[in-house]
Parts: sequence; structure tokens; C-alpha cells
Amino acid sequence: MRCDQVARQLPGVVDGTAELDDGARRHVESCLRCQAEVVRYRKLLRALRMLRTEVLEPSPGLLGEILAGLSEAGERHMLRSALTGRRVAYVGGLAVATAAGAAGAIALATLSRRHRVGLAS
Amino acid sequence: MPTRLVSEDVTPATPAESEGPPTDALGALVTQARTGDRAAFDELVRRTYVDSYTLAFRLVGNEEDARDVVQEAYLRAFRGLKHFRGDAQFSTWLYRITANCASTQLTRRARHRHEELPEEAPLADRSGRGDPEGSADIGELRDRLRVALAELPPRLRAVVVLRDIYDLSHDAIATELGISESAAKVRLHRARRKLRERLYPPGTDGTQRGAEARAV
Repeated sequence: MRCDQVARQLPGVVDGTAELDDGARRHVESCLRCQAEVVRYRKLLRALRMLRTEVLEPSPGLLGEILAGLSEAGERHMLRSALTGRRVAYVGGLAVATAAGAAGAIALATLSRRHRVGLAS
Repeated sequence: MPTRLVSEDVTPATPAESEGPPTDALGALVTQARTGDRAAFDELVRRTYVDSYTLAFRLVGNEEDARDVVQEAYLRAFRGLKHFRGDAQFSTWLYRITANCASTQLTRRARHRHEELPEEAPLADRSGRGDPEGSADIGELRDRLRVALAELPPRLRAVVVLRDIYDLSHDAIATELGISESAAKVRLHRARRKLRERLYPPGTDGTQRGAEARAV
């Protein structure tokens, strides 16, 4: 077993997401170079984890911009909903009117046909 | 004496250990916001936007883009809140949205400005300071780490920031960055290796010298 064969696995071992097989473990436990690499990765990952506690303060105004953007989006949504509702009402009205017209036409045609049949007889 | 391989120092943070506003308070606000309570959502924004901005800045590397990313992230969160199932923390859900927006922003920026660093850009140590262990100065290590992170190519930086600082799963990272899980793991390995090389350049590493000296 050589160092370069286990090197790729060392960060995973340090963060607990990987385990070495017996051969690799024996190598690392007897290899000071790999042990040093483990120490370096341990320090690196610890330092990265510590960055989690830091926050970067944005310059003033960001909160206002976010909230204004949300308000604008909310208003657009309401407007879109209202327009969609109105469109549905128009289409519904048109459909009802068309259906009524068609029914009237059929009724008239039927009456007219009966009238012609009556005259012929 | 052989070193025993343990992960005692760097186990992933549990939700209770992670930073940010208290989860219970956010949970109550999330519940209210999901019923359409806009004031509750605004309060969620107030409590989390600095944290979101910090993540966005770390991912995109400049203030202007970070502000755009955060604004877009909250708009998406607002529209998608009804789909938030509550099986993850709200902050984790927001990190994922922020990461997705940042990824989109980076793609857009690369397309328009052609300024993305090549993936194999060398990370030479230009500071002349090579032995952070010798200095035992954790503040200095963090400063150097920040610089090293900023110098990473964006595609590698995103993965290491999301995994090693914000503790997102490989699966979540892959989904939000639009890459496969195996690609996310490869990028993480490369990012960690570059950071390690940047912070502990060959020939200047006290740990290695010491270990090898003890081996002789």
C-alpha cells in the first residue's frame, strides 16, 4: 500500500464520511507522512467549520430592497389573479351567451319546421 | 506511536449546533407564513437575510451579485413556501435556494463577462507565509483560508462552501448546482486538495517536516 493510494480517502476519513479498509488503515497507522496529511485535513476542515460562525454584514439597504421586491411580486401576483378571474368571467359569459343563442336558434328552427309541415298538410 | 484515525474534531454540526436564528422561533413563523401571512414572511426575512447574504457572498465572491442572489432567493422562497414540507430546517431549505440562485448567477456572469477563472488555475502561495501551524494563530489561518477560498474557481468553491461550511449533503449540493452526485464529490475532493496545498505548501509544512524527522 502506498501513500497515493490512500490520499484521496483521507479527507473523508477526517469528516467521518469514509472508512479505510484494513490494509489502508494499517498503512496510515504506520506512515508518518499520511498521519501528517490527516492532521492537515483535520485543521483545514475545522477552520472551514469555524467560518460558519462568521457573518458578513451587507451594506445598508439590502433588507429594504428584499422586502420591496417581495411587495412588488405580491402585487403582481394579485393583479395577475384578478385578471385571470376576470378573464374566466368573460369566457364564461361568452360561453353562456353562445349556448343560449344556439338553443334559441334550434328552437326557432324547430318551430319554423312545424309551421311549414302544418301548412303543407 | 501510531496515530489513531478518528473524526472527533470535525464531525458535521447538528442542527442545534449550527448558527443562525433559533429554529423554534423560525418554525412558528414558517407555519404562519405558509398560511399566507405576509408579515410573518417579512419577519423570516429580517431574521435570516444576513446569513443568506453571507452564503451568497461566499458563493459568488462580490457584493453586487450577492445582493441580487439574495433578493432572487427570497422571491423564490416566497413563491415556493407552500412546497416547503418542513422535513428540513427552514435555514437549510433557504441555503439550497440561495445556492441554486448563486449557481444561476455565476453561469449568467460567466456567459456575459467571460471572466470565470479556469478550473485548473494555480493557487500559488504568494504571501510568503508558509507555516500556519508554527504560528499557532488561528486568526491568521482563517484569514488565509478566506483568501484561499476566494481564489478557488467558483465551481469548486461552491461545493466546498456548501459541504464543509454549511453542511449540506452531497445529494442536496448536486441537485442545487445541477450536477451529478459523483461530480459533486469529485469537485469537493479537488477543492479540499487545493485548499490544503494553498494553506500547507510542500516544503514549508512544519507537520510534514516534523513527522518525517521523527521517522528518520
